[in-house]
Amino acid sequence: MEAKTLFDKIWDAHVVKQVEGGPNVLYIDRHFIHEVTSPVAFLGLKNRGLKVFRPAQTTATPDHNVPTENQHLSIVDEMSRNQVEMLRRNCEEHGITHYGLGNDGHGVVHIIGPEQGLTQPGMTIVCGDSHTSTHGAFGAVAFGIGTSEVEMVLASQCIMQPKPKKMLITVNGELKPNVTAKDIVLYIIAKISTSGGTGHFIEFAGTAFEQLTMEGRMTVCNMSIECGARGGLIAPDEKTIEYVKGRQFAPKGEDWDKAVAYWKTLKTDEGAEFDMAYNFDAADIEPMITYGTNPGMGIKISENIPTSEGLVGNDKVSFLKSLEYMGFNEGEAIAGKPIDYVFLGSCTNGRIEDFRTFANYVKGKKKADNVVAWLVPGSVAVEKQIREEGLVEILEAAGFELRQPGCSACLAMNPDKVPAGKYAVSTTNRNFEGRQGPGARTLLASPLVAAACAITGKVTNPSDL
Amino acid sequence: MIDKFIKIQSSAVPMPIENVDTDQIIPARFLKAVERKGFGDNLFRDWRYTSGNTPNPEFVMNKPEFSGSILVGGKNFGSGSSREHAAWAIYDAGFKVVVSSFFADIFKGNALNNGLLPVQVSPEFLDEIFATISKDSKSTFTVDLEKQIFTNDATGNSFEFEINAYKKVCLLNGYDDIDYLVAMKEQIAEFETK
Repeated sequence: MEAKTLFDKIWDAHVVKQVEGGPNVLYIDRHFIHEVTSPVAFLGLKNRGLKVFRPAQTTATPDHNVPTENQHLSIVDEMSRNQVEMLRRNCEEHGITHYGLGNDGHGVVHIIGPEQGLTQPGMTIVCGDSHTSTHGAFGAVAFGIGTSEVEMVLASQCIMQPKPKKMLITVNGELKPNVTAKDIVLYIIAKISTSGGTGHFIEFAGTAFEQLTMEGRMTVCNMSIECGARGGLIAPDEKTIEYVKGRQFAPKGEDWDKAVAYWKTLKTDEGAEFDMAYNFDAADIEPMITYGTNPGMGIKISENIPTSEGLVGNDKVSFLKSLEYMGFNEGEAIAGKPIDYVFLGSCTNGRIEDFRTFANYVKGKKKADNVVAWLVPGSVAVEKQIREEGLVEILEAAGFELRQPGCSACLAMNPDKVPAGKYAVSTTNRNFEGRQGPGARTLLASPLVAAACAITGKVTNPSDL
Repeated sequence: MIDKFIKIQSSAVPMPIENVDTDQIIPARFLKAVERKGFGDNLFRDWRYTSGNTPNPEFVMNKPEFSGSILVGGKNFGSGSSREHAAWAIYDAGFKVVVSSFFADIFKGNALNNGLLPVQVSPEFLDEIFATISKDSKSTFTVDLEKQIFTNDATGNSFEFEINAYKKVCLLNGYDDIDYLVAMKEQIAEFETK
């Protein structure tokens, strides 16, 4: 038999039809929807007089627009309220499970899927959100789609996609202390650039990923889109199976045994070929931070901001425009730069492990007075676990408070916005101009680095303390 | 149905910036509509308007000498979020073609699904386009989808661009994928039983 990659195995098993000279008709096992990218898709269905083809395979939750305080009250912003309400109505009309505000299942869409066992190895998973790549951590082919494609899935449970190329990124070796999943992925994006993965689906392999928890693997796969890739995935192993086991929508009984037997076949065969491969040494990675306006502009905190030397034409113009926006000078140190905001949360770093890391670091310390900190759990379940584990007391003693679940300051679509000109060390995924609010300046980092910065009030390498 | 794409000859709006991400094309705070209209007003909002909401005279779309239905961007155009609103906003603002030396995947797919043609040219050809426009902002370009040829009318140089054969038929005829998929529901249902 032909040697196949993990990606090939899953993709090929879901091709309903290969259109001549065109894309594949790809069957979708699991579809997640949220309030921002679904209303026009439902409107499209209505205009065509169509019903949802397989409502049981779609799950909905509102996350982008929701405030992270006083969720029991009506949303103040009229347009946000309307969008959230529209999602509820569309789900009701079409028989789709909807985890609305106040429901125990509510949270950021990419956090609740894995939490409830909806995300499983071997599946094809899509959502009208680029960070759907998160679910690849389970050995699933998961990727973001546009609203036209959301409508396709609702109408037919399929989308039309050309098959991406395959990329292998291997990281072997021993990780240094204080280096987390977020640092690994920021390091990779800095190496291959924000467009290095375009046209490809990435498989992450090697001991660095094997050692990560499922939460850490989700952080890595979440950001695979930030190097331009369609998505990223990691072969399922015992940790994956253990994580899924017993969750609400996980297979049970005989179905479970069958599923596990199949999941164990989900790995790249010896000799299978990739279109592109990179190999990195885990020992070279240090705590990372971004200094510019795309996620590829990341450096080790111990390094200086690069200079424009050697850059020409539009490359140079774009680089200097970025530094000007950030208010940084080429060649200067990033460590020690004063900051104003710290944000812990999002589909990248809003899981329980991230809160444990943050709480463990700030335990017995005090938040810097110049820092406004937003700590936003990724879901109601994460919030509950934070309380059960006694992390709230630790955080509060250090001067932090917990907010309610949602996308929050990741994308400035709800009340949590960073003011113009202010610096935010953020555990999110994008540092684009204005991403956290018009004029806001974002420095992407891990929860551990964010915690260190929150305590000192400036860019801080946790390894220096 | 999408609008049919017909051969276009037009002047172009140059944006020689790299990694133009979808948060710049349309910031998240303008994604709250539940219908597909009016997004063009907020295209490039934070570059096009000052913080005081007055048009920024430095931004290319506010300069009277630049106009046309072709938008020319730097490499890695459309990176970031999957928001289809980015393609809607560009189309709604009157553009029918976006040219770059490199497009982000999701943006490219979204554009094609909305009758907005992404034309990928070589970095050298892109440089020539920018040079032509900076010499004379009224210079025109011709996009022939049938022949898959983009021509710089001022220099006479042309570039043969690639497009998926299926998507080309869709654009030329105004078909969309949903019609296609809905027509094969039986086959999909059969696939499910396997």
